[in-house]
Amino acid sequence: MTSYTDTQVLPLARPTRAWPAWLVPTFFLAPAVIMLVIFLLYPLLSSFQLSLLNWNGLGTQGKFVGLDNWLYLLRDHIFWLSLRNNILLAVFSVVIQLPIALALAVLLDQAGGYSRVLKIVYFLPLLMSSVALGVLAKNLYDPNFGPINLILQALHMDALAHDWLGDTHYALGSIIAVVCWQNIPFYMVLFMAGLASFPDEQQEAALLDGASEWTIFWHIKLPHLYGTLRTGALLAIIGSLRYFDLIFVMSGGGPEHSSELMATYMYHTVFDSFQLGYGSTIASAMFIVVTLVASLALRLTRRFEPEV
Amino acid sequence: MLTTPVLPRRGFAPSRVVVPTLGLFWLAVTLLPFLFMVMTSFKTQEDSFATPIWALPSHLDLINYKAVLQGDFLIYLRNSVFVIGVSITLILLFGAMAAFALARLRFRFNQPLFGLIVAGMIVPLHVTLVPVYLMTRQAGLYDTMFALIGPYVAMSLPVSIFILTGFMKQIPRELEEAAQLDGCGPIAIFARIFLPLCGPGLSTVAIYNGINLWNEFIFAYVLTSTPTHRTLPLAVWDFQSQFASNIPGMMAVVTLTALPLIAAYAFGQEKIVKGMMAGALKG
Repeated sequence: MTSYTDTQVLPLARPTRAWPAWLVPTFFLAPAVIMLVIFLLYPLLSSFQLSLLNWNGLGTQGKFVGLDNWLYLLRDHIFWLSLRNNILLAVFSVVIQLPIALALAVLLDQAGGYSRVLKIVYFLPLLMSSVALGVLAKNLYDPNFGPINLILQALHMDALAHDWLGDTHYALGSIIAVVCWQNIPFYMVLFMAGLASFPDEQQEAALLDGASEWTIFWHIKLPHLYGTLRTGALLAIIGSLRYFDLIFVMSGGGPEHSSELMATYMYHTVFDSFQLGYGSTIASAMFIVVTLVASLALRLTRRFEPEV
Repeated sequence: MLTTPVLPRRGFAPSRVVVPTLGLFWLAVTLLPFLFMVMTSFKTQEDSFATPIWALPSHLDLINYKAVLQGDFLIYLRNSVFVIGVSITLILLFGAMAAFALARLRFRFNQPLFGLIVAGMIVPLHVTLVPVYLMTRQAGLYDTMFALIGPYVAMSLPVSIFILTGFMKQIPRELEEAAQLDGCGPIAIFARIFLPLCGPGLSTVAIYNGINLWNEFIFAYVLTSTPTHRTLPLAVWDFQSQFASNIPGMMAVVTLTALPLIAAYAFGQEKIVKGMMAGALKG
């Protein structure tokens, strides 16, 4: 019979192979970090580097022109127009989407039995891809065959019928309406989550004290939702500054740049006018704008700081 | 739970009138475009010109759907499934591994690295478009489905790592220690303990990124060029020229591309809403 001493290794325990301390985190982080460096960090830096070139994308290398593109950008009224449109989009997104989304969230919060069906229907726009929605909306807006004008004419309101996407006065507004249609459900769900966290007892107590539902909403629920509203506004603003898809599909930024955004302008400059250098300048400027606005908004609201 | 006591209400409650009216109005606003889309897709071209927009199709005509499905539509669908499938697998694997290191391992650059990765969430993707396009050409991957996987994985990783790190921090340390005593190395701990326990987090990440990438347009548009290598959102785009003046045909394409996600939503409503909110809130 063999007897085990305490120095002997138990037959079942596997000897643990010791990893050098640095190897473990490196092993786990390497794949993600490599992907991020190749497809995010490097392109980002490369964009700034390309912004110093005059290059049509052919040949191997562009001509180094220093800050010429940046100086041109400062005087380029189309860029400023597109930045203005981005800001308009941000303002209207906040002013239109958030109140309607909030009202719908309140409705669904109160609707009880019906809310299940409504919730499903209201959510649908969010599931459509921007391209599909853009093509659908283009057909709805069509000046000759589109239902919007046809219905206006049938109601004898011909004066209100327009070439919605082809008229410089209406193009941006027509597109903003579709952007809102697509995104309101998102903020609605966000606010529903906020309302759901509202304690029932408070509402009952207030009702017992004789407060009307309206008073309860304004004085108790809305303050409770401030944080959620702030989050929503932040998401809408940052989202608007990098907006692209719907405008690209519906108007391409036209007519006459009236619905141009920074991102669509960048796209046209690179892939239609073949000015890779200047297009990269626009892209880099866009990055600077978004970063500035995002960090300003983060500082002002402090809600998004990662919980480290 | 108490039921709300019935009390005589004081004063006018606009919410009782305004909000339900808005509710019905919004129901119409949401449904009408879909109704137009589906109804028109069943009309023949003659029908769509000869009858008013709001007229029902004269008979249920599947001719448009047949035309679309006989084209390349199913190839676009297959490509989307392939690209998204591979991308999501890599996002989950790479994301979970990185989150494990950031949530559980102690090393010198842990905090700054986490901050840097999270900062990646605000990068406007269009800034990376041109360099990625050039790289793709150089690597000889232009117009292949593999061109999309790299950018898709990278653009999804920051949010995914952020969500998963939060999840992994909640897993009790005792489990890890017990596994260590049983002789598990770091890989075994990750694969046998963290991955299974992070199931809900992983499915949230998969749903959020899945929906995003399923609808992704611009990278797919720039990095591929032929229908045999393009994903579903491009089906609409490419069919546009093909169906130039054929509105019913176009609506059939749009309906078909919208269908997969709507069907998925019908089955997994709660999960999809939760997934989308989690990703967006943390993004």
